[in-house]
Amino acid sequence: MTSKADTTHPFIPNTASERAQMLATIGVEDFDALITDIPEQHRNSSLRLPDAASELEVATRMQALAALNQDAGTRPSFLGAGAYHHFIPSTVGAILQRGEFVTSYTPYQPEAAQGVLQSGFEFQSAVAQIFGMEVANAGMYDGPTAFAEAGLMAARVSRRNRILILDTADKRLFEVAEAYARYQQVEIEAISRESVLNGDIPDDAACIAFQSPNFLGRIEDVQALTDAAHAAGALSVMHTYPTALGMFKSPGEFGVDIATAEGQPLGVPLTFGGAYVGLFTTKQRFIRQLPGRIIGRTSDTLGRTGYTLTLQTREQHIRRERATSNICTSTQLIGLMVAVYCATMGPSGLRKVAELSYHKAHYVANAIGALPGWSVFGGTGTFFNEFAVECPIAPRSVNRLLAERGIIGGLDVSDVVPNGMLLCVTEMNSRQDIDRLVDALSDIGNGGAA
Amino acid sequence: MSDGVVPNASVADMHDRRLLMDRSVSGRRAIEMPTADVPLAEMPNDDLLRDADDLQLPEMSQPDVIRYFTLLSRLNFSIDTNFYPLGSCTMKYNPKLNDQVASMGGFANIHPLQTDDSVQGALEVMFELQQWLGEATALPGVGLAPLAGAQGEYAGLLIARAALEMRGESHRNVALIPDSAHGTNPASAAMAGLDVVTVKTDEFGNVDVEDLRAKADENACVFMLTIPSTLGLFEPNIIEINNIIHDAGGLVYADGANLNALLGLVKLGDLGVDICHSNLHKTFSTPHGGGGPGAGPVMVTEELASFLPEPVVVKSDGDVPSPARRERARVRAQQYHLTRPDNSIGKINGFHGSFSILVRAYTYMQSLGGDGLRAVSENALINANYIQARLRDRFDLAVDRLCMHETVLSGKRQADRGVPALSIAKRLLDYGIHAPTMYFPLIVPEALMVEPTETESKETLDRFVAVMQVIDDEIDNDPDTVNHAPHTLPNTRLDEATAARRPVLRWQAEKD
Amino acid sequence: MYPDDLKYSSEHEWARVGDGDVAEVGITNFAQDTLGDVVFVELPEIGSKVDQFDKFGEIESVKAVSDLFSPVSGTVTAVNEELEQSPELVNSDPYGDGWIMEVQLDDPSELDELMDSQTYQGTLE
Repeated sequence: MTSKADTTHPFIPNTASERAQMLATIGVEDFDALITDIPEQHRNSSLRLPDAASELEVATRMQALAALNQDAGTRPSFLGAGAYHHFIPSTVGAILQRGEFVTSYTPYQPEAAQGVLQSGFEFQSAVAQIFGMEVANAGMYDGPTAFAEAGLMAARVSRRNRILILDTADKRLFEVAEAYARYQQVEIEAISRESVLNGDIPDDAACIAFQSPNFLGRIEDVQALTDAAHAAGALSVMHTYPTALGMFKSPGEFGVDIATAEGQPLGVPLTFGGAYVGLFTTKQRFIRQLPGRIIGRTSDTLGRTGYTLTLQTREQHIRRERATSNICTSTQLIGLMVAVYCATMGPSGLRKVAELSYHKAHYVANAIGALPGWSVFGGTGTFFNEFAVECPIAPRSVNRLLAERGIIGGLDVSDVVPNGMLLCVTEMNSRQDIDRLVDALSDIGNGGAA
Repeated sequence: MSDGVVPNASVADMHDRRLLMDRSVSGRRAIEMPTADVPLAEMPNDDLLRDADDLQLPEMSQPDVIRYFTLLSRLNFSIDTNFYPLGSCTMKYNPKLNDQVASMGGFANIHPLQTDDSVQGALEVMFELQQWLGEATALPGVGLAPLAGAQGEYAGLLIARAALEMRGESHRNVALIPDSAHGTNPASAAMAGLDVVTVKTDEFGNVDVEDLRAKADENACVFMLTIPSTLGLFEPNIIEINNIIHDAGGLVYADGANLNALLGLVKLGDLGVDICHSNLHKTFSTPHGGGGPGAGPVMVTEELASFLPEPVVVKSDGDVPSPARRERARVRAQQYHLTRPDNSIGKINGFHGSFSILVRAYTYMQSLGGDGLRAVSENALINANYIQARLRDRFDLAVDRLCMHETVLSGKRQADRGVPALSIAKRLLDYGIHAPTMYFPLIVPEALMVEPTETESKETLDRFVAVMQVIDDEIDNDPDTVNHAPHTLPNTRLDEATAARRPVLRWQAEKD
Repeated sequence: MYPDDLKYSSEHEWARVGDGDVAEVGITNFAQDTLGDVVFVELPEIGSKVDQFDKFGEIESVKAVSDLFSPVSGTVTAVNEELEQSPELVNSDPYGDGWIMEVQLDDPSELDELMDSQTYQGTLE
C-alpha cells in the first residue's frame, strides 16, 4: 500500500519508496549521485516559481485570464488580414479529442502510425485538389513561412538568386521572407505590377511572387503575372487564401509553379495567431526541391496498402547542412483539422462558405460606400471578402468607438491607404451584426461619439 | 469469405483502408450551411470563377466522416495508449487540462491583430511564460515567437550573427557542432549562412576539448551544444568549453531539446550559455500531435535581449492596478504590450508564435510549480538510469556511465547474432511498446535511444525491461520472427524504396 | 563482381572506355550494396563538363544521400534516362543497365590515375 505522504504529483506516478528501490537497483545511494557531472557550484539551483496549483485552481485562474480577452466568439468581428474567423464544423473538435492523434509523435515508425500517415495523405490530397496543383507537402509552420520557403525553393529550382515580391502583398510576407533569406545569398526585392506586366524583370529573377487576393483584398491578374514570370524564365509563386478557392479559379489552372497559403481558414480557430499550418503546393517535377515532410502511398510485405514518410533524403535528419530546409515539423495536428474540415464541408460546403463571404462582404462594402464621409478604396477591381475603406476620421479612433459598441473593427492600414481600414466579412457575420456595424460607422461618421 | 467481412469485432474495419474519395458518394454531405441573409451581389467575371465540378473533394455523410477518422485514430500508437520511450523526444503524458484551457473561447477566438487592450489576458499569459522560462534557464531575455525547435535554433543563430555584426565581427561564419548533434543543428546553421565545422566526441561521450580548442578560432561565431548530449550525458567540462568559446570571441548556443533533464537541477545561463531554445512540446508537455505543432521559444542573456525576434511582450511601468481589481479589467489601464525589440532580428513567422501551445505550457508550469518541475527532472533521471541498470547485462551501453534523462543502448551484440536494431525496434511494436529512437546519435553503432520520461511508473518500466529480455531471447530462438516484425499491426513492414522511387503523394482516380 | 575491363576510382565509381575517347561511368557493386535500395539518381546535364574526382551528381537511397564523383574529366555526351523511372537498375545491374553517364574524355591519360579490378578489390578488404 502507498501512503498519502508517499505520493508526489498527479502527473508523476512513482512514490518515494519506489524511487528508493530504483536507486538501489541503479546502485547509488541517493539521487545526488546521478548528477555529479553538473558543476557543483551551479547544482540544485532552485526555481523561483509559484508553488504547484491544483487543477481546480489552475482552471479557475486561466478562465479568468481568458475572460479578459474580447473574442470573436462573443462579439462581431471584421478583422482579417491573414487570419480569418470562419465556421468550424463540430466534427473537427470531435476528432481533435482523440488522444490517439493528439498524443502521437512524428510517424517515424510507419507501421505504428498509419492513422497519422493516412490522415496526412488525406490532407495532401485535399490541399492539392483545392489548389488545383499536382502535389502538396504535409504542412509548414504557417502561411508566411510557407511563402518564404517557396521563394527559396524557386531559387533552388531556377538556380537564380533574386526573389521578386509584388508590392501589393502583405508586408508580413516580405518581412518573413527577408528573415529566411538573410544569409542565403539571395536577394529579396519588391516589384510593381506594372514592371512585371511590361516584362521589366531582371535576368536573374528566380520568381515573381505575389499574393492574390492581395493585402487589400483585390484579386490579381494571376494569368498575366504567371505568363510574365515564365517569359522571363522565372517561376510563378502565388500566396492565396484557400477559402477563396471555393469559388475562384485555382493557381493550378493558371500554371502557377508554387502556391502557398495560410491553412487556418480551413477549420482552425484564430487562437491569437497560432498554431496554424502553412499550405505548400507545387508541380510533380519539383518534388525533390520541396521543403518539409511528405507522405507517400506504398504497400507492405503482404501487398496491402499503407503510407509512409517519403523523399526523406531532402530533410535535415539525413542531408543535415544540405537539407532543403531545417524544418522538422509538419504541424500535423493542425493539418488533421484541415483534413476533417475538408471532408465535412465537401465541395458544396466549401463553395457555399466562399459565396456567403463574398456576398456578405459586398453587401457591407455597398452599405459603407453609401455612407456620407466613407468610401470604398480601390474602385472597381474584383475583391473576395476583404476591402479597404477610407474613414472620415483616424481608423484608430474608429476602432476605439466600435469597441465601445462591442464590435471588433478592421485593421488600421493608414500606412497604405489614407485613413484606411481593412475590413473582412465572412459567413460568421450575420446580417444583424453587419447592420450594427454599418449603423455604428454611420454614427461615427456623423461625429456621434457614443 | 468476401472482402472486408471478417469475424473479429476489433479488427473488422482495420483493413478497410479506402481513402475518403473512394468512399465518396455524389450527393451526400456532412454539413448544411445557412442560406444568404443579405441580397446577393453580382458575381465576378466568369473567367475568374472556378467550374463547379472542378473541386473534387469527398462527399460524405457526417456519421461516415466521424467513423472514418475514428478508424484512422485506432491505427496509431500514442501516449494515451502506449508506452513511448522515444529518445530525445520526451514523450511524456500531456495533461488534459492544457487542452481544455487552450480551447476556452477567450483564447481560441481572439484575432492576432486585435488591439493590445482587447487581449490583455493573452498577453499576460505570454508575459508570465517569458518570465518563467527565463527563470528556468537563467537566461532572462525570452522570445516566444519561434514555432518549433528548428525555428528557435534559427532565431538563436540570427541573434548570434546580429550581435557579432554589431560588435564589428561580421566575418565570423563558423558554427562548431559536435558529431553527435541532431540534424537540425547543421541545417539551421546552413540557413544562417554559417559553415559547419564538426567537433569530435571523446571516448567518454564528452566533447573532445582539445579538438574544440583547435577549431575555435577567430572565425567562430557559435558553438551549438546539446545539453544533455544526444548520448544522454551531461557535459562535465561545460564551463571550460564555454570559456574556450568566449575566449575565441564566439557565443555558446545550447540546444534545449533535452531540458527535461535539467529543471531545478541546473540553469543553462549559470553555466555560461548565451542562447538556448526550449521545445515546449517536449519538456513542457504540450502534445506532439503526430508531428506538430510545436513551439520553440528562444532564451538569451540580458545583453542579447534587444535582438530577440518580434514580438516580445512587455509590461508597462505606469500605474499598475492590483490583481484584486482584475474583475474590473475592461476599464483598467492597459498593462501588457506587444513590442519589437530595438535590434530585433525581425519577424520569423506570421504572428506571435504558437499561442495555443504557449497557453498549454503556461498551464502546465502552474500545475507543477517550482518544486514540481524539479520533481519532473529527478524522476526522469531515475527512470532512465533504472532502465539502463536493468538492461546493461543484455545490451551494450553507448557509454558506460550514469546517464541523465535518457540512455543510449547499442544493439551490437544482437546485430552480431543476426538481428539489427531496426528489427528490435519493430518487434517492440508487437508488444505494444513504441520503438526507441534508432540509429541516432550517428556515432553509436546500432543505437537504441531510450527516454522513459517521469510520467511512467515503475511497473511500465519493468514491463519494458521484460519485453526487451524476451526479444533478446527470441533473437536466439526465433530470429526470423524478430526480423520480420511487426506482425500484429495494421501493416507489416512498408516498402519505402518504392514509395520514394515512384512517389504517389495524393489520391488519384483509378484509371479504367 | 568487379569486371576486368573496367577502371575503378577510390570513390567507388567505374569507367569503361570503348571505341574512341568516350567512357561510360557508373558506381561499383560495392557502392550499390553499401547504399542499399537506390531510389533516385541526380543525372548531370548533357553537354556539361565534369572533372576527374569532382562531384557530378548525387545518388539517394531511402535514408542516405551520397555524392557521385566522376572518375574522368570531359564533356557529358549521354545520361541514362532509364534511371529516372527505374533507379533500381543501379542495384540490379550496376555495370550494365545501371550505367549513369557517358563522357567524352578530355585526356585519356587520366585513366592511369584509376585502379584495375584487382587493385580496387584490394582496397575493399
